[in-house]
Amino acid sequence: MDFELMLKVYPFFLEAAWITIVLSVLTAILGLICGTLGAFARLSRFAVLRFLGAAYVSVFRGTPALIQLFILYFGGPQIGIQLDAFEAGVIGLGINAGAYMTETIRGAVISIDKGQREAARTLGLSQWQAMYKVILPQAARLMVRPLGVNLNMLIKATALVAAISVVELTYTAQRYIGSTYKPFEMFLLAGILYMIIIYVTGRGVAWLDRKVQIT
Amino acid sequence: MGLDFTVIPKYFDIILLGCAYTIGITVAAAILSFFGGIVFAVIALYAPWIIRQPFRMVAWMFMGTPLLLQLFLIYFGLVQVGIDLPAVVAGIIGLGLHFAVYNSELIQTAILSVDKGQMEAARTLGLSRSEALRKVVIPQAVRAVIPPISNNMIALLKDSALVSVIGVSELTLSAQRAIGATYRPFEFYLLAAAFYYVINLGMEWVQRRIERRISISR
Repeated sequence: MDFELMLKVYPFFLEAAWITIVLSVLTAILGLICGTLGAFARLSRFAVLRFLGAAYVSVFRGTPALIQLFILYFGGPQIGIQLDAFEAGVIGLGINAGAYMTETIRGAVISIDKGQREAARTLGLSQWQAMYKVILPQAARLMVRPLGVNLNMLIKATALVAAISVVELTYTAQRYIGSTYKPFEMFLLAGILYMIIIYVTGRGVAWLDRKVQIT
Repeated sequence: MGLDFTVIPKYFDIILLGCAYTIGITVAAAILSFFGGIVFAVIALYAPWIIRQPFRMVAWMFMGTPLLLQLFLIYFGLVQVGIDLPAVVAGIIGLGLHFAVYNSELIQTAILSVDKGQMEAARTLGLSRSEALRKVVIPQAVRAVIPPISNNMIALLKDSALVSVIGVSELTLSAQRAIGATYRPFEFYLLAAAFYYVINLGMEWVQRRIERRISISR
């Protein structure tokens, strides 16, 4: 175990970890937006929207995220979409995460008792009002924990952008494994940083989950 | 540069070969992850403390880090200790171990949820502890976790794309080869995605059939 080497390179890993964090945050935001839109589409009254929502989930969950990234980043220019690697990473991973979040959000919404909506409608609330004022606030509480699982997966999925040369944690580890031939040490450095990020996020989600519960 | 799908037929057999590799790797890694998961679960639950605790630490580490990073560790790490495995073997081991850890978590919960009376009855009938585990407890536990494990296997198919990064010529890398020759990334990655999607649908179909069979036999 070469601790001296680890001490020498860890500042570069810290920098890379910051990129991973920024990437995760932006991806999570985009994922939530896509997931919300997707869930609304899947729950819509209109068959066309329902179909589009279902197709979105099925296609993006049914193919590797890596391929989706490659289509966007390498294939994008052919259809006039020119993105740098970081942008492609955020957009590609965000749309992918959105497909998983669609199902999480939809699951929480449909698990709210039907009577709630019926009662709200009976009291004179419109379709939208019933959704916003009665159903969503209840569903939001149920979403926190499963969205936390989505977030955990998303953070680990950010490693994929190493394949399109975004200099984040995995790419940095890969580069130093190549130049130092010390795979175990580099894995340990990157691994510890990933686990710190995931642990802190997990605690944050648990805190939020306790905060929103009514007991 | 627009799209031109007429370049596909010429490279179709390369892509099909890649497909065969992807299926082969997925099946091999799935089998490894299934039996590995059982072994890991038994170690995590029943091994002496001195083995159990470090083992759990390593398992925890594998769940908290990206698969891609683990593939680099296994591929380059094995070379460093003098074991020069072909990339495809390293890829199968990496995928198999990664998912074995996830399967092990499921199997542990299932083993603990098998009624205690089962173990006690088996012990009363004269089976040793390990026999009781192997012949009575684990078969029941494994049956209960087949649906969530099959979800993991579908995730494994998609994650098998990652082994292209360490140079295994499966579907993704075959598409990359075709792209290297034609410079048509959009067309070939889309084709690869379509193939993954079809294999994925096939696996979901098998999953539904297995689940139906299990629910009948219970």
